[in-house]
Amino acid sequence: MKDFIEHKEHHLHLENGLSEGTKSGIPKIVLAGNPNVGKSLFFNYLSGTYVDVSNFPGTTVSITKGVYKNSEVYDTPGVYGVSSFNDEEKVARDIILESDIVINVVNSLHLERDLFLTLQLIDMGKKISVFLNFNDELKKRKIVIDAEKLSDLLGVPVYETSAVKKMGFEKLDEAIANAKVGIQPDALHHVLHETLNRVGSQAEALLIIEGDEIIAERHSVPCGSGDEREIIYIERRNRVNEIVSTVEREDSSKGLFFNALGKYSLNPITGIPILLVMLTVLYFFIGDFVSQRVVNFTEQTIGKKYFEYYLKSFVANYTPSEISVTLKDEQDPSKKLRVYSFKENLNENQKVKQEFDHASRDENAIVDFHFPNPFVKLLFGEFGIISMTITYLVFLLLPLVAAFYFAMALMEDSGYLPRLATMLDRMMNKIGLNGRAVIPIMLGFGCVTMATITTRLLGSEREKTIATAILQYVIPCSAQLAVIAVLLSGAGVVPLLIYVTVIFSTLIVISTTLNKFLPGQSTPLLIDLPIMRLPKLDNAFKKTFFRTYGFMKEASLWFFVGALLVGLLDVTGMLVVFQNILAPVTVHWLKLPKEAATAFVMGVVRRDFGAAGLFGLNLAPMQITVALITITLFVPCIAAFIIMIKERGMKEGLIIWFSAWIFAFLIGGVVAQIII
Amino acid sequence: MPGAKKERTANIIMGNKTLDKIKKGTYFTIEKLPSGIVKVQLIRLGLSEGDTIFCLERLPGGTIIVQKNRQEIAIGFELAKLISVRIKII
Repeated sequence: MKDFIEHKEHHLHLENGLSEGTKSGIPKIVLAGNPNVGKSLFFNYLSGTYVDVSNFPGTTVSITKGVYKNSEVYDTPGVYGVSSFNDEEKVARDIILESDIVINVVNSLHLERDLFLTLQLIDMGKKISVFLNFNDELKKRKIVIDAEKLSDLLGVPVYETSAVKKMGFEKLDEAIANAKVGIQPDALHHVLHETLNRVGSQAEALLIIEGDEIIAERHSVPCGSGDEREIIYIERRNRVNEIVSTVEREDSSKGLFFNALGKYSLNPITGIPILLVMLTVLYFFIGDFVSQRVVNFTEQTIGKKYFEYYLKSFVANYTPSEISVTLKDEQDPSKKLRVYSFKENLNENQKVKQEFDHASRDENAIVDFHFPNPFVKLLFGEFGIISMTITYLVFLLLPLVAAFYFAMALMEDSGYLPRLATMLDRMMNKIGLNGRAVIPIMLGFGCVTMATITTRLLGSEREKTIATAILQYVIPCSAQLAVIAVLLSGAGVVPLLIYVTVIFSTLIVISTTLNKFLPGQSTPLLIDLPIMRLPKLDNAFKKTFFRTYGFMKEASLWFFVGALLVGLLDVTGMLVVFQNILAPVTVHWLKLPKEAATAFVMGVVRRDFGAAGLFGLNLAPMQITVALITITLFVPCIAAFIIMIKERGMKEGLIIWFSAWIFAFLIGGVVAQIII
Repeated sequence: MPGAKKERTANIIMGNKTLDKIKKGTYFTIEKLPSGIVKVQLIRLGLSEGDTIFCLERLPGGTIIVQKNRQEIAIGFELAKLISVRIKII
């Protein structure tokens, strides 16, 4: 791949002046721009498929490729310049180096910032067209940009668009056809001359002079010094400032509501109340409305009462079963339990069947099916791979995960998330992170696996280690959180307080300890704050849909694997053996029923399975508290574990994983000894 | 040397400081940025030596939010300590 790029670049230089695209077969169109400029919306328009559009630096890590007419279209991570300071920049740099045409999307509101990249692309000698996005916001703020003059100064076509309103996309064809190499300063050629002769590509020569060690190594030429880069950067910065002062005019700065909200969200006096309001709204939406009301309906009514009942009744038509029906009677508080046995199948005795049908269709009836056949039990029993997994996946996880992603999408699209990062910066400093770490931590409440991947965007190895440790030890993922919320809300206020205090203290102790003893230094915050704007609902819905879909696709397999594992343990009687092995710890140290061990065994496979395993145990409020503390601190699910090993290496991953066992049982046990 | 004297006086009037000491609502000029990659990142975002910037907010603990034209940038306390600035008195 690398050789191919070099070869192509070399080839192109030899035939200088010829159209680049036609030489290598299929032309490559690359979308490039700073973070949050709306590149992805352009990509959607060109390729016809939806990709994640997001308002926070660092969320589009992977490359997205599509096809438009007879060209290939690539989306790149948002970057402020072409270089290799982090993974995103390296990815963007390589795609841009390979490109034939670059469509540079620019945020009109931040011309000074965005044109830096534009000029760098021009200095690289790339054929580009510029799109001035956010035209609607520009008009609202009464700012005028002279696009024609800008086009003259840059020497490349400039178009005005408003991507969210889908205005100006029709000019893309023209932009691709007319893309040009822009006007480069004369001095640049003197600087580049020597390196250019050696590497053969202006783009790469420039990056080498600007100190890109990787590119220099590829050509085995000496890399430019930091001083040369600084001189070029300052010169480029001055050119940008000059251009902006010529083309931009501002009539008056009108006090827009969202501008004001953006400002107030950062003021210490108003910012904290705004933060609290946001969290409260989030809590009522996810914690109360969705995880209580919606899930209660989907899981208990649709899942248990209809889906599982009909599924199991259907299965019982073909296999022996023992069905117990518990009827709650208002007059008689003692439960009425009836057991129906079918030696052959449901239809062997029509009279008993009718009785059963009548009893089981009662409003308050709780129906439990038991299948003696081990294979049937494996598929449709208590931990049935088909029955239980589908209920949890579709009727419990799905609504919760979707709700979480929706809330996250709204926060991202409104521009609040970076402000939240700024507000929390100093707090995060105390635990060795900076404000940016709110992204992985908050994503962790959605899915720890996904969040562990995003720790990549943090500035140093020690920050990545600290964030990963926090995620894997203490942050419950949305699926687990849902189960926790349901269990805790039934337990009362005191258990909730104990739970939150213990988990939070653990977080503080672990992270401050790591901060103190890990070598190196954490990087300080440096973050660009995008404009606050009302999030577009359709975009938020799309984002929710695609993320939820992605999550379900990834999670489902592990759910079935987990259910299969536990099902096998159950059928073979191994579950009882495990429970007995763990029993002394579970019963004496944690003071829980020995069946709670099932929850821990399942927790290794998926965290939420672990918490969900506590549902049927009829625990006392304080037992619930201890069980949930232990389960929360317990090891992450298999998916998160694998990703952690991949991201942080075998040694660090295993240390974190095994110590999670110790922390969970140690802290859970200490709490149990105190409160039970 | 009249020039040196003038410079000294100017220093006293204008006051050379680091960014973490800047009060909310003041304009200041960037004198010196820390060297290395962070300098390049600052230049790309639009902050370079000699620029006049406005301090939009100072959060408790010292995270600074600066504004240049319409662009707002948050700078952590540890980084702010490394940026030398001069207060602009107009």
